[in-house]
Amino acid sequence: MSGVRKLALAGVALLVAVGLGACGERDQVTVYKQGKYQGKPDSQPWQNDPSASLYTSSKWGKGDKTGWEAALKSRNLSQNEYTRAE
Amino acid sequence: MARMKFLCDAERCIECNGCVTACKQENEVPWGVNRRRVVTINDGVVGAEKSISVACMHCSDAPCMAVCPVDCFYRTDEGVVLHDKDLCIGCGYCFYACPFGAPQFPQAGAFGLRGKMDKCTFCAGGPEKDLSKEEFAKYGSNRLAQGKLPACAEMCSTKALLGGDGDVIADIYRQRVLKRGKGSEVWGWGTAYGKPDQQKAAPAGAKS
Repeated sequence: MSGVRKLALAGVALLVAVGLGACGERDQVTVYKQGKYQGKPDSQPWQNDPSASLYTSSKWGKGDKTGWEAALKSRNLSQNEYTRAE
Repeated sequence: MARMKFLCDAERCIECNGCVTACKQENEVPWGVNRRRVVTINDGVVGAEKSISVACMHCSDAPCMAVCPVDCFYRTDEGVVLHDKDLCIGCGYCFYACPFGAPQFPQAGAFGLRGKMDKCTFCAGGPEKDLSKEEFAKYGSNRLAQGKLPACAEMCSTKALLGGDGDVIADIYRQRVLKRGKGSEVWGWGTAYGKPDQQKAAPAGAKS
């Protein structure tokens, strides 16, 4: 087989490979899973260090869920002005 | 912790728009986007005018989550409905699905092109590193990660707008209504105040 013929055969093989490559099909339907989503994961609000923010008034230890909940609850209850006025 | 909820007392709301301003300021919301707004019915009619502050209600079974074609919504452990702006394609399906008109779309081009959806985050940021610049730029302030409640509710001068743990704010509201002796007509009695036999008779000339 001559060198030119080999080159032509290789060229045709390459063209066929590239051409058929475009025929590939990707799944375009979103797969839903309970409790999961397609985006980035988010961290829990109590996992950060409260002192990282300039304006944090509440104090809890990093990763202390109970402390964070207590801080939030105290602010939550302070919305009740009846308990403040009496 | 129960689910985070908003509750607006229409007997107390004075349409001052303090909540709207607080939200805009806290989250640096761009022009044309209103994460929160005050709706007034019977405007100007003496005795019949009622106002209510509306934003994303962080539904337990959120229709926006159900219709999103790219599945960019998620619900946090606290019941806050958030979304990933990196994934959002700005299609607007969530806007049509939402009964409260919460999803907002900033203008992204010269021809009214819709940008990525923006909505109330319950001041809980989004899927970026907590309290980071990236989180603030995309989603606004993350007050929950600072141990605070949403700015709108904490700013409300008449405490018409309550925000936080659904059980706690329902208790506050129930106590308030029992104290003033009226207001059950504002929201469903069974939802907010418990059984009807606990209802006190409204004192003469009762005010909110």
